[in-house]
Amino acid sequence: MNLTLFFTQALNGFQLGVLLFLLAAGLTLVFGIMNFVNLAHGSLYMMGAYLAATAYNKTDSFWLAAVGGIGGGFLLGVVLQQVALRTLFDRDHLDQVLATFGLILFFNELARMIWGASPYYMNVPEALSGAVEFAGISYPVYRLLIIGVGLTVACGAWFLIQKTRVGMLIRAGASVGWMVGALGVNIKLLNMVLFGLGAALAGLAGLMAGPILSVQAGMGEPILILTLVTIVIGGIGSIRGAFLGAVIVGMVDTVGRTMLPVLLRQFLDRTVANAAGPAIASMSIYLLMAAVLAVKPEGLFPVKNG
Amino acid sequence: MALVRSPRFWLSAVTLLLLAAVPAAAKAVGQPFYMTLFLRIMIYGLAALSLNLVLGFGGMVSFGHALYLGLGAYAVGISSTLGVTSGWVHLAIALAAAVGVSLFTGLISLRTSGIAFIMITLAFAQMFFFLAVSLKQFGGDEGMTIAQPSDFGLLPLGNKVVFYYAVFALLVAALYGSRRLVESRFGMVLRGTMSNERRMKALGFPTLRYRLTAYVIGACVCAVAGLLLANLTGFASPDYMAWSRSGELIVMVVLGGMGTLMGPVVGATVLLLLEEVLTAFTDHWMIVLGPIILLIAVLAKRGIVGLLPAPRGGGE
Repeated sequence: MNLTLFFTQALNGFQLGVLLFLLAAGLTLVFGIMNFVNLAHGSLYMMGAYLAATAYNKTDSFWLAAVGGIGGGFLLGVVLQQVALRTLFDRDHLDQVLATFGLILFFNELARMIWGASPYYMNVPEALSGAVEFAGISYPVYRLLIIGVGLTVACGAWFLIQKTRVGMLIRAGASVGWMVGALGVNIKLLNMVLFGLGAALAGLAGLMAGPILSVQAGMGEPILILTLVTIVIGGIGSIRGAFLGAVIVGMVDTVGRTMLPVLLRQFLDRTVANAAGPAIASMSIYLLMAAVLAVKPEGLFPVKNG
Repeated sequence: MALVRSPRFWLSAVTLLLLAAVPAAAKAVGQPFYMTLFLRIMIYGLAALSLNLVLGFGGMVSFGHALYLGLGAYAVGISSTLGVTSGWVHLAIALAAAVGVSLFTGLISLRTSGIAFIMITLAFAQMFFFLAVSLKQFGGDEGMTIAQPSDFGLLPLGNKVVFYYAVFALLVAALYGSRRLVESRFGMVLRGTMSNERRMKALGFPTLRYRLTAYVIGACVCAVAGLLLANLTGFASPDYMAWSRSGELIVMVVLGGMGTLMGPVVGATVLLLLEEVLTAFTDHWMIVLGPIILLIAVLAKRGIVGLLPAPRGGGE
């Protein structure tokens, strides 16, 4: 097998994993701490991508695009939470699923009305459009930037949660929320900020994905479902689980897609392998998830102090 | 005879009578389109009813129920593409597929509860969605047209009136069956498990078996709905098991009234008619429907049927 191809694909897989982590981090915290199923997280990602792409195409500045994507995501998250979702925090999961399902329909249609049904493109900024050569592999700078941003966020999230006072309150809130409130902490404000941070990360993911994917209505759902798989594999409520789960899912998905047909050709007839390869590859992460759940229903890296 | 006088009984009776009168009314106003519309409503009503068994009586929030709708449709699509036209064979394949898949996914999914269960059922449905997309010889992501409807011998489904009353009879039978099921000992245990699983376990019931059985029954009924849907549209595509379809089924159940007999059918009727009306006004009808669904989730906890007082003794 071609080693260069394998390394390139592994890097692609890692990059997808990092992107998934940006989404999974926000989602898993909201799940773990507010006990809230937010299916509209994918819509925040989509809106972040649209806002960033619009800002970039209007001003030609990647920094302003970042402000649009991240800031837009944060504001949208906070407004959404205050207007619609706050009343649903204490409800059962079914109501939350239903409400956020309605929001997905709303945002997809809104995006279609504002930006049209056809994909909206955002180019890779000039300064980041080159490629890096190392060990015989040529890899785009922009994708390396995504990996860098993701790793930075992962370290930042770890620091915030494990080493700061706010993180301590977040962890305490995850264990017994009302008790933290009884100790005089404004838990509502904490939840609002946390929800907003998750939304900002979704917007950041949208910003980073904009130049490598086409920005269009409905782009949030496929990645939302991957994110859900990530969280289930990693263990709900755990940042560490979100990161490791995201890398596993990204790797299995990307590497499986390219390598499985090649691998199957070694054993099977070419036509059979060509037909079965993509089918098995697209199912692979779901099979992985099923296997993880069959062995460890609480996920691979559950919260220890939760 | 509290049941006979209860408003819910009258709602069910009136709904079914109206549904029975649709073919005659459609003919009278010269709009055969209405018959197709209400056929679709009844088929989705059947699918929603099957989800209600899982969700409303079993307390299992499945976000992947459309998977079985797709299985039923693909049973028809694939077999008729391969030259098998017998409806009974289609039915047998659809049921066998539904039992097999629901046993496998149910056993794994039911190891979890709460949020994880929601996401796993969603993920399994996606898995089969992508499997259907990758079946290039059966239309891939475009889906396939079904040249010939399922051949049920004495019941030519090509005749819309025959098809209509066949579906109607099936819907009435399913309503009766689910009522009997829910009120049976099995149904009592299932509902008991929904309200407090730990207590039912302590009483010695193997709750997993009860839940799994309900899940499999729901899958089978939904697969039948999928078979009917494929015959109605003459088409089978991955879109039938898209996650949004599962979401719509949940909306139907909750809108009509979870855990009520007639709720799913009422919910399907209201939602599909609402879609029909909204589409007439604007292409962007989803921008109205989305917030309506949000409001239903926030405000209407018990659904339309739930607003009517229950007959004495609770339950239905």
